[in-house]
Amino acid sequence: MKVTTETVDYVAALARLSFHGDEKEKMAAQLQGILSYMEKLDALDTEAVKPLEHLENAVNVFREDEVRDSFPREEILRNAPRRDTRAFKVPGIME
Amino acid sequence: MNYRTVIGLEIHVELATATKMFCSCTTLFGGEVNTHCCPVCTGMPGTLPVINRKAVELAVRTGLALNCQISSFSKMDRKNYFYPDLPKAYQISQYDLPLCRDGYVEVGERKIGIERIHMEEDAGKLIHDGDGKSSSIDYNRCGIPLIEIVSRPDMSNAEEARDFVEKVRTILQFIGASDCRMQEGSLRVDVNLSVRPVGQESLGIRTEMKNLNSFRAIVRAIESEEKRQIELLESGGVVIQETRRWDDDRGMSFSMRSKEEAHDYRYFPEPDLLPVVIAQEEVLRIKDTLPELPQQRKARYMEQLGLPEYDAGLLTADLGISDWFELVTGLGADPKTVSNWIMGDLMRIQNEKNTNDNPVRPEDFARLLALVGEGVLSQNMARKVLGVMFETGRDPDGIVEAEGLRVVRDDQLLEDLADKVLRENPGPVKDYLAGTEKAFGFLMGQMMRKTGGKADPGMAACILRKKLGDRGN
Amino acid sequence: MDIAGMDMTTAGSLLRDRKISVSELAGEYIKNIREKDPSIGAYLHVCESKTREDIQKAQDMIDRGEASPLAGIPYALKDNICTRGIETTCASRILKGFLPPYNATVADRLDAAGGVLLGKLNMDEFAMGGSTENSAFGITRNPHDKSRVPGGSSGGSAAAVAASMALFTLGSDTGGSIRQPASFCGVTGLKPTYGRVSRYGLVAFASSLDQIGPLGKTVRDCALVMEAIAGHDPMDSTSAAGKDACFTGELEQGIKGMRIAVPREYLAEGISPGVREKVLEGLDMLASMGAVWEEVELKLHDAAISAYYIISSAEASSNLARYDGIKYGFRSDNARDLAELYSKTRNEGFGEEVKRRIMLGTYVLSSGYYDAYYIKALKIRSLIKEEFDTVLGKYDLIAGPTTPTTAFGIGEKTGNPLEMYLGDVYTVSVNIAGLPAVSLPCGTDTSGLPVGFQLIGRAFDEKTLLRCARALEKAREVLP
Repeated sequence: MKVTTETVDYVAALARLSFHGDEKEKMAAQLQGILSYMEKLDALDTEAVKPLEHLENAVNVFREDEVRDSFPREEILRNAPRRDTRAFKVPGIME
Repeated sequence: MNYRTVIGLEIHVELATATKMFCSCTTLFGGEVNTHCCPVCTGMPGTLPVINRKAVELAVRTGLALNCQISSFSKMDRKNYFYPDLPKAYQISQYDLPLCRDGYVEVGERKIGIERIHMEEDAGKLIHDGDGKSSSIDYNRCGIPLIEIVSRPDMSNAEEARDFVEKVRTILQFIGASDCRMQEGSLRVDVNLSVRPVGQESLGIRTEMKNLNSFRAIVRAIESEEKRQIELLESGGVVIQETRRWDDDRGMSFSMRSKEEAHDYRYFPEPDLLPVVIAQEEVLRIKDTLPELPQQRKARYMEQLGLPEYDAGLLTADLGISDWFELVTGLGADPKTVSNWIMGDLMRIQNEKNTNDNPVRPEDFARLLALVGEGVLSQNMARKVLGVMFETGRDPDGIVEAEGLRVVRDDQLLEDLADKVLRENPGPVKDYLAGTEKAFGFLMGQMMRKTGGKADPGMAACILRKKLGDRGN
Repeated sequence: MDIAGMDMTTAGSLLRDRKISVSELAGEYIKNIREKDPSIGAYLHVCESKTREDIQKAQDMIDRGEASPLAGIPYALKDNICTRGIETTCASRILKGFLPPYNATVADRLDAAGGVLLGKLNMDEFAMGGSTENSAFGITRNPHDKSRVPGGSSGGSAAAVAASMALFTLGSDTGGSIRQPASFCGVTGLKPTYGRVSRYGLVAFASSLDQIGPLGKTVRDCALVMEAIAGHDPMDSTSAAGKDACFTGELEQGIKGMRIAVPREYLAEGISPGVREKVLEGLDMLASMGAVWEEVELKLHDAAISAYYIISSAEASSNLARYDGIKYGFRSDNARDLAELYSKTRNEGFGEEVKRRIMLGTYVLSSGYYDAYYIKALKIRSLIKEEFDTVLGKYDLIAGPTTPTTAFGIGEKTGNPLEMYLGDVYTVSVNIAGLPAVSLPCGTDTSGLPVGFQLIGRAFDEKTLLRCARALEKAREVLP
């Protein structure tokens, strides 16, 4: 698998990151190095193996539908870099 | 050229739980901005989701009511995308192992297939500030439990689609899975639509219109998109696979392609939640708790109450109406009479007031019908009283008393009035005596007018004819 | 009296016997922080007013005679564990200034036990790294040799214990992040079974691998901390219910007849001679106490690193997507619209290693690569777990080194991410299989740097694991 700068652009866009100039080349090379190392895995036959999605055997871990107090609004908003007294703020979004 | 339209729907329905899907915040509608929030539903670092048992149960009920297979093993997945209304930047949903699959809904003579039903969480709400420079985010709705019902592409026109949504909505209300208040956004529909020339085997390219939240919008959006696609093909163009935004005010849709990016949601199993396993016995237990469904209730109304199919269908299209009907008839009122009143006057009043609510107490309504039966109120007077009952919530006896709406059945009074009417209208009297029956109606009208509509029509007519007979002799 | 040299049991009984006060004990540690930390850099923040409150509360508990073994014990937390009203940054610029409105479950439990919180500890940003050089707020130095790294990602947690700047600390271990720094700093670190300790309030790196655990001076100290923090939490669906929660009960019962597996691969290529020698010495000690050790084969040893980096990066790419400058932490001032708000905030807020992992994780989950990388890794995870289960079906424990080398020099590996990743070779498979493991000091190499000895146990059988670790500790006469 060849990691090109186009690959870096595509993946970075999905991850909301961006790389420019040398950074992009460097990222491509590093990803390439890591992914090449990972190609070792291809040697293992896993055709009949079930992917392990959860370590534990427990299932149906549920909560009862009982209302608890929400947090005071100020606690919810207090860490927001841009806000007013009621809400989080983002740059205008026009649909 | 003739075209066939193929429509598939995705219906997002808010489940009737008290708390959110993954935290204990309330699901109440209409709270002050950002007051139904906690660290979990606002995606703060380190917080973890825990599944609401009731949400799973309601989703299973829905699956059973829509004739689905309930998966013995299902799991939650993350759907990753960035948008300010989604605080974790992923939505917890179900991807390859949904809770329910392969169901159907009977709509008239047809079965519309249901591909799958899965559980997920709602996003927050963006409020566009007046200045256009900034937007506010309200996370109250964030994390509210939803199910997404995905139909098969089994519909071919707007009416079918509307009927399907109506049917699903009624069933969900009957089983208590959702209140389906469209005006509050608790039922939203995405429409997938394509057209193809008659005779063409393969499906055309489809577009998707998201978040339609009224029956009117569904119908208009489908008709408009059908027309747009056909005109495009007719003029030699091609349909582009895209998401379009329906603008209900302007009655047209707009491409959202410029806003979109590659749909690469990078679904993967949610590591913070364990699988949902539902044993067959549990499915049977839940099935046992399902109430009578609309279809069954309709059949019962026809068989046991002798209602015509039309009446039975209309009454069972809305859980509130149907339950109300049962309460009134349970008090001894005649089913067909009640049905006529509901379909006639009650629904007219609701339409006029543009509401689905019905504040009239069943016992009050039964009393109203009894007053008509006893001859205390005429049909017309009862209509007026119902209007007041609907408006004020007062009981019929009180209204009759207060408004002096009692039928006039006093012989002497009616005889005196009849004499007066005949004296004042010599022309019509002459016409009547000459054989013009129409003139009798006019004279009756005068009688009613003089009593403010309160004369007992039977008695009044009887007395009037007697007096006219006397004159003729 | 060398107050700061005592272990928890000794300090605890002096507190309960009123030989020393809570404030005296905490004072020793605070003094150590003031004197030593400027040249070590273990702490990101100290929390003076919280410390004062905790001292008062603990002293009251002791005075009322309600004291648990942790009452009055000064401790500190890795900075990825949320503390109400106390800055929690994960050593990342993107969380600078974040004041959680809630406590992690472990923080609540230590509060309830009467622990005295001193502050929050440095780490690799978002726990990604093995040297604590990836902190956005400066490096931490190894107290044994200040030109060397303390290991990571819980480097601050290990260094603080090693330099007596906390009696115990909590760290988190996703692929070795407790054990490797414990090994580098010559302290004891326990990575509990996945599901043992609630993850609620632990800022997620890789949710299916992360686990909080203690670092302490002794095996018993770690066991005592476990008794306070372990157990089911309704806020964490993956926390196990109904498991035995006694960790100290069998510590002194010895290891006669215990069967220990030593994977051949753990002592083969890549291991430094100094580490190998000390590990073999440790194994001999275990044998002399009546345990039997045999070499076994772990065929999937080589695959573990790849599977680990695929799974952990995939989960991290999703877990770290929420840092967008809207709800908390850093927000770029240079953004003109929403798209720029995201990309500039994330570009300016995350460090290089974090971005690399997000890129890797996004890549392996993206359309077209999901099956080849992510699903493949989950399948290998299945096989690795099976392999461990098989070995642990025949043996009570698995033993070996914690790391291939002792602490390396600052800056030595920063240029080569893959080489850094390979340092996790003995630790990651434990997280993949969800097993408990402990690293404890096992002498020093020729440069005088601590060597770590790793023991791996069966799921939820920390008891056996700690019993063996205690036996080795005793044999090494780290303590009387």
